[in-house]
Amino acid sequence: MGTGLHKEVAYINATSAIGAQGIFRNGQPLAVPGSADVTVLLRAGYEQLGSPYPKFHKMDTLSKLGWLAAEILLTGTPLLERYAAGSVGLALANQSSSLDTDLRYFDTVKDIASPALFVYTLSNIVIGEICIRHGFKGENIFFVQPRFDTTGMADYVQELFAEQAVDACICGWVEVMHTHFEAALFLVEKEAGSSALPLNAHNLEKLYQSITNGNGATDSRS
Amino acid sequence: MMAPTWIAGGGVICGIGQHVQACVQAFQRMQPGMAPLQFLRSAHTAFPVVEVKAANDHLAQLSGLPLSTARTAMLSLIAAREAWTSSGLDEVRDYRTAFVSANTVGGMDKTEDFFPAFLQDQGKGRLHGVSQHECGTITEVVADALGISHHITTISTACSSGANALMYGARLIHNNLADVVIAGGADALTRFTLNGFNTLMILDTAPSRPFDDSRRGLNLGEGAGYVVLVSDAVAKDRKGLWATLSGFANANDAYHQTASSPDGTGNYLAMQGALHMAGLQPADIRYINLHGTGTQNNDLSEGLAIARLFGNTPPPASSTKSFTGHTLGASGGIEAVFAALSVRDGLLYPNAQFTTQMKELPFSPITTFSAGNDLRHVMSNSFGFGGNCSCLVFSKGGS
Amino acid sequence: MEQLIADLKAQIIEQLNLQEVKPEDIGDDAPLFKEGLGLDSIDALELIVLLQQYYGIRIANPDDGPRIFTSVRTIAEFITEQKAK
Repeated sequence: MGTGLHKEVAYINATSAIGAQGIFRNGQPLAVPGSADVTVLLRAGYEQLGSPYPKFHKMDTLSKLGWLAAEILLTGTPLLERYAAGSVGLALANQSSSLDTDLRYFDTVKDIASPALFVYTLSNIVIGEICIRHGFKGENIFFVQPRFDTTGMADYVQELFAEQAVDACICGWVEVMHTHFEAALFLVEKEAGSSALPLNAHNLEKLYQSITNGNGATDSRS
Repeated sequence: MMAPTWIAGGGVICGIGQHVQACVQAFQRMQPGMAPLQFLRSAHTAFPVVEVKAANDHLAQLSGLPLSTARTAMLSLIAAREAWTSSGLDEVRDYRTAFVSANTVGGMDKTEDFFPAFLQDQGKGRLHGVSQHECGTITEVVADALGISHHITTISTACSSGANALMYGARLIHNNLADVVIAGGADALTRFTLNGFNTLMILDTAPSRPFDDSRRGLNLGEGAGYVVLVSDAVAKDRKGLWATLSGFANANDAYHQTASSPDGTGNYLAMQGALHMAGLQPADIRYINLHGTGTQNNDLSEGLAIARLFGNTPPPASSTKSFTGHTLGASGGIEAVFAALSVRDGLLYPNAQFTTQMKELPFSPITTFSAGNDLRHVMSNSFGFGGNCSCLVFSKGGS
Repeated sequence: MEQLIADLKAQIIEQLNLQEVKPEDIGDDAPLFKEGLGLDSIDALELIVLLQQYYGIRIANPDDGPRIFTSVRTIAEFITEQKAK
């Protein structure tokens, strides 16, 4: 977290983004039509993966969004072949915590309250779903903040690498509230991949801006 | 070896006391806080709860916040202020002071008051009520009242949130981004949580019996707990420091959204990681403040993980939730204060309502209070839904 | 009983969001938990909600779940037994 205190200790090797404009991996759109309806878009994204994961249908919108963004991010990147389960961490943030699902749950209470929905009334369940899917057992944290604090996130993740708490970390922003939704995930590893950018606040912010506008590629070293 | 982060003070408000000393007295006198619902309006009257024994107008008076404030924020401010006062530090603005606070329900109590009218007629209901719903807003309201603007963070990782706030705070200090951090968590009891835990069928209709063979679930509580973390530089020459935060770790169980894995993999990894950071062996730990919710699942997984790490004769261990109930996002903060105090004053806390050892475990929790023990290193466990497992280790300074 | 079993399969798929499962995929006697449909503890709680919602039957003790929810047939038998009371 030391702004400028850490040497560059980790690299952003891949990105994924999901928004009304569509689904993107490393800034490139997937062959899924964009939709302002989050349910439609996430279902289309799920089908496009081509491998069934029945639990997907049980998740709330926040978990579906984060889970799908992680699937896209990790396509062809089996992290556990290179890293121990306990050294792959996750650090996510959003604005509305689990409020979207809290209100849905609240709505079921007047009839018969749904245990399956209540389970998702915590923001960090999305991290749990990603860990269950991939078997990641490293450190997790979930921040609630008004907007994606790329400086704070870059600092925090750098610290995790500096402490050797993680060798790889998925970080990013996963937000759902009513009709608004946005996911932007970043795969950070200690080794640089072919189109890597060093992890720092500047690069994280630049990538976040470009991938959530649906026009950025990871390789943007200018 | 990094410079130690120190605990300079702590504050707690919960169902067994409205300040730290009152809580210690409740442990000493063996007075758990479970009682029928008194302050919250809910149809679920069958379950004992551990409410802070004060109505909102009283809490408003204690905290100095307007009556319209969410209960979580009032509890948070009361405990955070006690923590600050107990640290003996002067003014918040004399340091680069950060506020790192966890909660899981936010201003849900206000939202609940708002929604019935709103659902009837979308033009009705006071929108001001929902403006404090977001967890982050609670932190900001309290930081404002404390005069903290240097750095403010809200953490929301279920029932381990409070412990994770301490981890985050220690890292702020380690990286020289803050000199002093008030870190912990707060959560008020709400109909939402009572209802939700009822649907999970893990609420006991009797006072909870953590680590007892006959346990049948948890009791919900409410409250807030914060420690004041200070850098080695600030700690220098100060007297009355409580302990150091010598180790911490967080791991994901990667098993189920709400259930712990049968062998408590995440619990084990967190405890092992915290010991490793502290440079300690299991035998160095003199007391474990258990997560110990009283559910079948938690206590079995936690107990097996402890037996795996510590062998058949682990150090004295107890769940203070048998007094305070499960205070969710606050529990990691409240129990961090209890654990740090345990190091300072050599306190061993009893596990209430215990009669029968779990048949799967080689050990039982301790059931009597004692003070003045030599407790060099104390561990506090906090595990949450989403597989989030945290462990903190507190140590005597200079070790 | 056959009709009840058919109804239950449709209701289970709906209640548990088993969107890629068809009623004919669920054997009358196939285990619902672990193997078989691979349901978990939260699904068991949703089955308790299902019984309350569709059949007005309340299960107060979740420990009764494993016995009642072994298979679709055991659920149907339980419902029939409760209705007869």
